[in-house]
Amino acid sequence: MIVQGKVFKYGNDIDTDVIIPARYLNVTDPKDLASHCMEDIDKNFINEVKDGDIMVALKNFGCGSSREHAPIAIKAAGISCVIAKSYARIFYRNAFNIGLPILECEEAADKIQAGDEVTVDFKNGTIKNITKNETYQAEPFPEFIEQIINADGLVNYVKNKLKK
Amino acid sequence: MGMTMTQKILAAHAGLNEVKAGQFIEMNLDLVLGNDITAPVAIKEFKKMGADKIYHKDKVVIVLDHFVPNKDIKSAQQCKISREFAKEQEITNFFDVGQMGIEHALIPEKGLIVAGETCIGADSHTCTYGALGAFSTGIGSTDMAAGMATGQVWLKVPSAIKFNLTGKPNKWISGKDVILHIIGKIGVDGALYKSMEFTGEGVKELSMDDRFSIANMAIEAGGKNGIFPVDEKTIEYMKEHSAKNYTIFEADEDAEYDQVIDIDLSTLKSTVSFPHLPENTRSIDNVGEIKIHQAVIGSCTNGRIEDMRVAAEILKGRKVHPDVRTIIIPATQSIYKQCLTEGLAEIFIDAGAAISTPTCGPCLGGYMGILADGERSISTTNRNFVGRMGHTGSEVYLASPAVAAASAIAGKIADPSDIVK
Repeated sequence: MIVQGKVFKYGNDIDTDVIIPARYLNVTDPKDLASHCMEDIDKNFINEVKDGDIMVALKNFGCGSSREHAPIAIKAAGISCVIAKSYARIFYRNAFNIGLPILECEEAADKIQAGDEVTVDFKNGTIKNITKNETYQAEPFPEFIEQIINADGLVNYVKNKLKK
Repeated sequence: MGMTMTQKILAAHAGLNEVKAGQFIEMNLDLVLGNDITAPVAIKEFKKMGADKIYHKDKVVIVLDHFVPNKDIKSAQQCKISREFAKEQEITNFFDVGQMGIEHALIPEKGLIVAGETCIGADSHTCTYGALGAFSTGIGSTDMAAGMATGQVWLKVPSAIKFNLTGKPNKWISGKDVILHIIGKIGVDGALYKSMEFTGEGVKELSMDDRFSIANMAIEAGGKNGIFPVDEKTIEYMKEHSAKNYTIFEADEDAEYDQVIDIDLSTLKSTVSFPHLPENTRSIDNVGEIKIHQAVIGSCTNGRIEDMRVAAEILKGRKVHPDVRTIIIPATQSIYKQCLTEGLAEIFIDAGAAISTPTCGPCLGGYMGILADGERSISTTNRNFVGRMGHTGSEVYLASPAVAAASAIAGKIADPSDIVK
C-alpha cells in the first residue's frame, strides 16, 4: 500500500500528554479524541490536517503515558503514517496493535520539513519526498510485528488465535 | 551467554530455557491490570476479539483511580463501563471508591503481585512492581484486552542497563532523588526498550517505598521495566502483604549488559526536575529562586506511608506559605488510615494543607489541583510535560516529598535541611 500526504513536523520527545491531553480522556470516541489531537503544542493541526497526511517527528515519539487514545487520536485525525527517529516503547506497540502505520527512519526524520509532500510505500519501507525529490529507506519491521500488521492489528490476531 | 534477571523471568513464563535480547516471545501472565481511563477501551476491544470470558477472574485487576470519585458526567459514564464489566466477569480484584487506591500503591499492598511473577498493566507506571523482583510493564488497552482474553502478551526481550548502587543516602534523600538523578544522567530515552536492573550493596540501604518509587519512574527513562533483586526487605514485605508463593530469580554472573552505571548514593543531593521534561534535573543547590503556587504530595510515585511521614516531619508545627495551595493525597485507604492513626493527618491540617481521598487527579491534570496560566507547582508526581497539570502556560517541578513539603512552607522551591535545622 502506498500513501501520500502533506507533512506535519514535530520535534524530540513528543509526549502522549500533548498528543491527547488527559483532560479529554473522559471519552473514548476516536473522532472526539481527534478533535483535540496535538492542541497543546499546535492549535492549527486539527483544522489543517487532511486525510492521508503524514506526521514526522524526531526521537522518542509518544513518550509518557500508556494511553492508546494517543495513536487512536492521530489515526482518527486522518494521519496515514508516522515517521520518527525512534518511538517510546508503549506507543510503538500501541500503534501496531490499533493499526496506525509507523516507520523508523533517521534520515527521513532529519530531512523532511513541515509542508513537504511525501509518499510512503509500506511494502518496502520506501519514503519519497516529492517536494525535495529525495528518497529515504525506513527500517524493516521485525517478522513478528509483520504478523500483527498482516492480521490488521492485534484484535484480529487474537481473534484468529481464539478460534483455533 | 547468561541472562539478566528480567530475561530469566521472561524465559520461565514463555516456557523457554533461554531467551536473548531482541527475540520476540509470547509469555504467560500472572496479572493483567487496567484503570478507569484504559479499561473502557480494552473492554471494547475485548468484545471485538470475540472473547466472552476473561482468562482468570483472580488475575485481572481493575482499579478506578484516575478520575474517581467520578469527577464529571463523562468520567461517570466511563467508570460505569468498568463497573458493569467487573460484575459481568465476576472480577475478584475490582477496586472502586472506598476500597480503591492509586493502583501501583494498592496492588503490592494487597499482595496481588510477588517476586518472580509477570504483570502487564494498561498504565505506564505498571513498572513499579519491579521493586518486588517481579517483571511488570506498561502496555496499551488493546494489549490489556488480549491479556484478559488469552492470559498472554507479546514482547520483545529487552537488553539491560545495570545500575550498580553503592553507599548510603543522606538525610532527606529518598528513592525519588535517586531516580530523578538517574533520569537526569541518561535522559528520557536513555533506557529506551531496556530493562533497568538495580543492584549492588546500596540496594539494602533503600526501603521498599524507596524501591517502589525508583522502579515506578523507569518509564520516564524510556525503560521497559525497572527491577530490584529480592532481599530480606522484599521477603519481609511480601510476607506481610501476600499469601502468594514467590520465586526468586537472579541475574547470571555472566549476564550481558549494554551499559553499567555506578551510582554512589552517599553523594546524591535533593533533586528537582524542571519543566518540561523529567530529564531537566538540577540539584537543590542549583535551583535558584522559584516561587510556587501549589505543592502536591502524593501519586503512584510518592503517596506511600514513608512519603507521608517525611512530609509530616517537615510540616509538624509549621504553616504552609499563604500563597501555596498544599494538597496531600495518601495513595490508598490503608495509608490514609495510617495517616490518621499516626497523627500525620492532624499535622497536615494544622499546617494548612488539604488532604484528599486517594486519586491520580492532579498528576495528569484531571482534577483536584489544576494549574492556571503562569502558575507553578512543586509536585512529587512523575511527569512535567507541557500542560500536564493544567494550563499549557503552567509549570510542574518534580521532587521528593521532603522537598515538596519544605517548598510548601517556604513559598518557593526549598531544601528540606534549610527548613528543619
